[in-house]
Amino acid sequence: MFENFGWLSTRDNSVARPARADPPVVQFALTATALGFLGLFLFLPVVAVFAKALEKGLGPYLAAISSEEALAAVRLTLLTAAIAVPLNVAFGVAAAWAIARFDFRGKQALITLIDLPFSVSPVISGLLFVLLLGVHTPIGGALAAHGIRIIFAEPAIVLATIFVTFPIAARELIPVMQASGRDEEEAAVVLGARGWQTFFRVTLPNVKWGILYGTVLTSARAMGEFGAVSVVSGHIRGLTNTMPLYVEILYDDYQFAPAFAVASLLTLLSLATLLLKHALAARIESATPRQRPESDARMAA
Amino acid sequence: MAEPRIIRNRRVLPGFRLTLAWTLAYLAVVVVVPLSTIFFKTATLSGREFWAAVSSARTLAALRLSFGAALAAAAVNAIMGFIVAWTLVRYEFPARRLVDAMVDLPFALPTSVAGITLTALYASGGWVGRWFDLIDFKIAFAPPGVVVALVFVGLPFVVRTVQPVVEELDPELEEAAATLGASRAQTFVRVTAPALLPALLAGFALAFARGLGEYGSVVFISGNMPMRTEVAPLLIMSKLEQFDYAGATAIAIVMLGLSFALLLVVNLLGHSSGRRLAA
Repeated sequence: MFENFGWLSTRDNSVARPARADPPVVQFALTATALGFLGLFLFLPVVAVFAKALEKGLGPYLAAISSEEALAAVRLTLLTAAIAVPLNVAFGVAAAWAIARFDFRGKQALITLIDLPFSVSPVISGLLFVLLLGVHTPIGGALAAHGIRIIFAEPAIVLATIFVTFPIAARELIPVMQASGRDEEEAAVVLGARGWQTFFRVTLPNVKWGILYGTVLTSARAMGEFGAVSVVSGHIRGLTNTMPLYVEILYDDYQFAPAFAVASLLTLLSLATLLLKHALAARIESATPRQRPESDARMAA
Repeated sequence: MAEPRIIRNRRVLPGFRLTLAWTLAYLAVVVVVPLSTIFFKTATLSGREFWAAVSSARTLAALRLSFGAALAAAAVNAIMGFIVAWTLVRYEFPARRLVDAMVDLPFALPTSVAGITLTALYASGGWVGRWFDLIDFKIAFAPPGVVVALVFVGLPFVVRTVQPVVEELDPELEEAAATLGASRAQTFVRVTAPALLPALLAGFALAFARGLGEYGSVVFISGNMPMRTEVAPLLIMSKLEQFDYAGATAIAIVMLGLSFALLLVVNLLGHSSGRRLAA
């Protein structure tokens, strides 16, 4: 119908469903608006990060990302993710098993509670841990008396990260496990399989892509969290900086090119996350045709 | 054949107690205990202390800016997010899948990276800012910069809430409208738009809630001038830096109340749009 507009044809075969086709002018205007807007807000920033990072050339760029402080930030970021991600994914699997496989009272309330950290501002998330574990509090005071620092040190960064990334894996796994249904597992148990056998031989193959999806999203957020971690870190240069915090320190120090150099690493990480996420979502969709991984929008970043 | 209900009541599958106990224990330690501290802390504040912190001119200015900018950004996102979702689902254009994947970028990009990058682009003399220099309009280090940052972080919320609903619109509804003589515009206004409205409102509320609490991307672009470009989360941060825990808590509890109210709205909307789809 609109062959002469080339790429501007309606998806969902417009010839077969002419009633759903918008007029070509409308199609062109909307597509141009959408692409212009996304170009300005999504593509231009990505280009700008790399342009600014390489402004002074490749040598300074490599020096900036291999400085001792940058490497310390990379180490702390990876360490934080290495603790937070397994804990939260394991929790996600346990919660999804309880919620998707059994009926019990208060299930909806439980799901709402699991979602709660999504609606807490990052700064308030950090504040919670300062109020709970700061040196002026009973717990923090007792620990400080024994020379254990939590707030303004690494443990608080890990705790805040666990809090902020807490719902992500569970949120993705609950619908995936619900979609795979409980019939296969019930059959396995009736046929004599023990609990763990059922889990490893039946459940895991069904939901492995969902687990990987949850792991990818949790890792990305764990390595990228800024606000909550910023409140509890205490900003000690080279000591308690994750990569997103180190970006801020460099920037506030007017070291713009190094700041963008470290930022470019984080940008590459998030682009890789998007690719993986997209590929995994397609896998999950083909594995469980009835349901796609839900609630992207709830995955408050 | 046994009745499925009997099987379920007797819980053929193992692990219910173990996984539920684990879930509840972990939830209690990671979420409930930390969150409850803020309510305990609030309970120790006297009414006058609380009121003084919440009603000071600086706090009110910060809340007004956070509220206004989040509202403006959510409105921009509701319109642009709808257009993006519609375009992605209905039209074919080059690199559509790449564009679709990129919509999640604000979810994946650390907010400090977004903040410094948007600042560089929109500051006077930046790639975008220089065009606004011509008309003497300041974006970065002024309230419009806050809106720009919040549009960036909020966009995926609207697109990803509206997109699945556009995908699942029953083609026969639009065809029936056309068959009955409605023009394309009439069909949109009378048939399509009402079906999309709950999702659009839910996306709007999610983007608004995210904008209210946003810190990382705003802190760089706003300039952080008290009374002018200081948002509420930043005010909490600066109270903390002065060890004014009471003041920080008072503002935090107001913001928490707002976010929970918005969450409730989203859940109600989700519920009604779910019923609509099922019917």
